[in-house]
Amino acid sequence: MIPPALALDDVAFAWPGRGGFSLSCPSFQIAPGERVLLLGTSGSGKSTLLSLVCGVVPATRGRVLVGGTDLGAMSAGGRDRFRAEQIGVIFQQFNLLPYAKVIDNILLPLRFAPHRRARAGGAIHEAARLCAGLGLPEEVLSMPSGRLSVGQQQRVAVARALIGAPPLIVADEPTSALDAATQDHFLRLLFDRTDEAQSALLMVSHDERLAPRFDRVIRLADIVSTERSAA
Amino acid sequence: MILRLAIGSLCARALTVGMTILAIALSVALFLGVEKIRTGARASFADTISGTDLIVGARSGSVQLLLYSVFRIGNATNNVTWESYQDIKSRPEVDWIVPISLGDSHRQFRVMGTTSGFFEHYKYRGGRALEIPVGHGLEDLYDAVIGADVAASLGYAVGDPIVVSHGLASFTAHDDQPFRVAGIIAKTGTPVDRTVIVSLEAIEAIHVDWQTGAKSGQITPREVIRDMDLTPTAITAALVGVNSRLQVFGLQRWINDYPEEPVLAILPGVALQELWQIVGVAETALIGVSAMVVVTALIGMMAMIFSSLNERRREMAIWRAMGARPSTILGLLVLEAMLMAAAGALLGLGFLYLGLVIGQPWVDAAFGIWLPIDPPSLRDVLALGFVIGAAALTSLFPALRAYRLSLADGMMVRI
Repeated sequence: MIPPALALDDVAFAWPGRGGFSLSCPSFQIAPGERVLLLGTSGSGKSTLLSLVCGVVPATRGRVLVGGTDLGAMSAGGRDRFRAEQIGVIFQQFNLLPYAKVIDNILLPLRFAPHRRARAGGAIHEAARLCAGLGLPEEVLSMPSGRLSVGQQQRVAVARALIGAPPLIVADEPTSALDAATQDHFLRLLFDRTDEAQSALLMVSHDERLAPRFDRVIRLADIVSTERSAA
Repeated sequence: MILRLAIGSLCARALTVGMTILAIALSVALFLGVEKIRTGARASFADTISGTDLIVGARSGSVQLLLYSVFRIGNATNNVTWESYQDIKSRPEVDWIVPISLGDSHRQFRVMGTTSGFFEHYKYRGGRALEIPVGHGLEDLYDAVIGADVAASLGYAVGDPIVVSHGLASFTAHDDQPFRVAGIIAKTGTPVDRTVIVSLEAIEAIHVDWQTGAKSGQITPREVIRDMDLTPTAITAALVGVNSRLQVFGLQRWINDYPEEPVLAILPGVALQELWQIVGVAETALIGVSAMVVVTALIGMMAMIFSSLNERRREMAIWRAMGARPSTILGLLVLEAMLMAAAGALLGLGFLYLGLVIGQPWVDAAFGIWLPIDPPSLRDVLALGFVIGAAALTSLFPALRAYRLSLADGMMVRI
């Protein structure tokens, strides 16, 4: 049986020395290739949950499994490497290193992930193919990222997240900086690419209007309980 | 790829990075320049006299004797009598001896009375002899042979008259007995360039009408003077060459024990060493100060990196999200610092050579120090390497802070 793209099992975490913010998540799973929308406002533990999923911080209790691999069993460096190999990340905005060329931005995760680089094949060719699929003209590749429009930058971020087809894509409000028309177009492109790569998509947003387009919609409050103890 | 991104990141902050590089470059140029002038000065001093085994003068310090007899710096405290000079000259060890008489000046240049033996025996820069490409040496009583700088700065040509002033920086002139420029010595890079050379007898001649440092009323006609006995009563110093180098110390001891008069004989090389010991303290201080300027520039760079950290937290988060370890971010910052230092070091080297090309003739003219334009020495390269290494070290402080920030922030920047 194929392991779930993401599985959280009886997870608890507390930020050290940060007003005692803690979070627990008894159970949460994403199937391979599944498209999940996680609805939550800021301050609801969204950032903490994403940090746990991406292995930036280790869970204090329980297990976080990405593609069946327990992040807790790895060292910090191992989790960084694993993130580079297995997870594509898209932020709300400011995704790209503004001084670097678009192509360098897209290839950046491969720098830390040799297997993913091998999966991508001819990396530059693959980057060009992804950009073409995302409606970015080829001459964009050699431009400094800072010169692109916000919408173009978000699409470059999708190309970067999807290069080498990582099994899990984590997107943190990727559409909130876009206007409604561009949002729609962007989501369609994102879904096309994730489907093609057969990657699972975990997208966090506060925008409920997006809900119909996902396989599954979950409210963050339903799977996660947070606590801010007066430390 | 990381190198390319680091360069891109630096270029994106061209103004602040440029200023930092400029500060490092100027400090490096200063440091290397001080070193260049130090070695140049030493070489110039060491090149000034060669082939002379002993310098004889009135008893004083050996450095003082060296400075006033060879470098025309400072004044003799006393003279050596003509009798003592003759006694030394008649020693069997002595191969040649050239008397020197100082004390008068022409404009800002010193006048030196000597014999034609000076042109024969004075050697500089490893045994090179003086050359007189224009005119001739001392033939007539009122002949003057001038150094290249004298000719250049006063615009003298062969045949021009020269009036010698009494003493240094004096308003009384020997205007009754003008000299004539007989020859101009080719540029040597030694104090000879800034000297007016006349015969020993001429020094006597222009002082015939002088009594205890003041002009007496009467004027003796030149024809009368020419017929007088112009043997000097005293000289300032003498350069001595011995027959065999083995005899140098014996002769030196004999001169220093000379019972009739307190005289001093020194070996030029030994006196130079003594001079370096005195100057060494100032040299060390100068090097220390210029090294502190380099340190200041590096601290400036550190402050610049520190202040950029906050605005770069977003960038660090991107690196982290892409799988970069905190140690990669630390390495990135150190790499950027080293690139800045390397650019600064190379630019500083460029400044140094630019400065040398522009300043070389001026320093030579003003101080008589010849600064050679050579490729960087091993010492220079090591210094540049040290600057880059020190930059890496100082950048560790902000880099470690970035390391801790990126550990705490992870992918999510809370601003």
